[in-house]
Amino acid sequence: MNWGSASEFFAMGGYGFYVWGSFGVTAAALLIEALLARKRLSDTRRLLRRELAADRDNQD
Amino acid sequence: MSQRLINWFKFASPASFYPLAGTLWPWFAGLASVLCAVGLWISFFVAPTDFQQGEGYRIIFIHVPASWMSMFIYCVMAFWAAIGITFNTRLSGMMSSALAPTGALFAFLSLWTGALWGKPMWGAWWVWDARLTSELILFFLYIGYIALTSAIDDPRRADKAGAIVALVGVINVPIIYFSVKWWNTLHQGASVSMTKAPTMATTMLWGMLIMALAFWMYSIAIALYRVRAIILERERHATWVAELPEMQR
Repeated sequence: MNWGSASEFFAMGGYGFYVWGSFGVTAAALLIEALLARKRLSDTRRLLRRELAADRDNQD
Repeated sequence: MSQRLINWFKFASPASFYPLAGTLWPWFAGLASVLCAVGLWISFFVAPTDFQQGEGYRIIFIHVPASWMSMFIYCVMAFWAAIGITFNTRLSGMMSSALAPTGALFAFLSLWTGALWGKPMWGAWWVWDARLTSELILFFLYIGYIALTSAIDDPRRADKAGAIVALVGVINVPIIYFSVKWWNTLHQGASVSMTKAPTMATTMLWGMLIMALAFWMYSIAIALYRVRAIILERERHATWVAELPEMQR
C-alpha cells in the first residue's frame, strides 16, 4: 500500500494538480463523449419516428 | 462447403450491422468498465512510487494508453478507408466517421496529459519536439477529417474525400512512433518495445497494459454505438429502418 491516509492519496506527493488534472480530464472527456453519443442516437431515433409518423398520416 | 463459410459481406450491409452493433456494444462497454477498475487499482494502489519522478509518474497510466489509442484508431480508420475505396462498401465510411471523434479525443488527451506531465518533469507545458509535434499533427489530421467529411453534403462523396485524408495521413503514425529514435528529442524513448525487455517495473507495465486494454474496449464500444446513429441518419429512407421495433409506437 502506497498511502498512509486519504489526504496523502490526494496530495500525490506534491504532484496532485498534475496527476488529478490528467485523470480527471480523461474521465470527464470519456464520460461526456459517451453522453453525447447517447444523445445523438436518441435524437436521431426521435426525429425518424416523427418523420415516419408524418408519412403514415399522409398516406391515410 | 460454401454454406459453412461465414459471408463477411453480409455484415457489410448497414441493415445487418445495425442490430449486430447493438448486441455487441454493451459487452465491450462492460469489459471496458471492469478493465478500467482493475487498471486504476493497479495505477494507484499496487504500482510503487517511482524513485526519480515520485508520484508524478502515475500520469503514465493514461498518457501512454491514450497515445497508443490515438495512433491505433487512425490506423483502423485508414484500414476502413482502404476497404471503402477498394470494395465501395457503405459501412466502411460509416465506421471511419464513427471512429474519428474518439481518435481525436485520445490525441487530445495524449497532448493534455503530456503537458501536465511535462510541466513538473521538464519545466515546460510544451516544447516543439519531434514526438510532441507529430502527435499534434495527428490531432489536426483527425480534426481535418471531421471538418472535411462534415462539410460535404453527399455522404458517399464525403466518405471518398475522408478516405483520402485517412490514407495519406497514416504516414504520420510511423513518424510519431519512431520520432524518438530518428530525432534527438526531449521525450523519452519507447517504454515498451517489441525488440527488447521493457525498462520498467512489472506492476507498472501491467497497469499500463490493462489501462490500454480498457481504452481499447471503450473505443470499440463507443464506435459501435456511434455507428448505429450514423447508420440511422444515412439510411433514414430505407424500408428496414421503418420496420425496426424502436421505430414503431
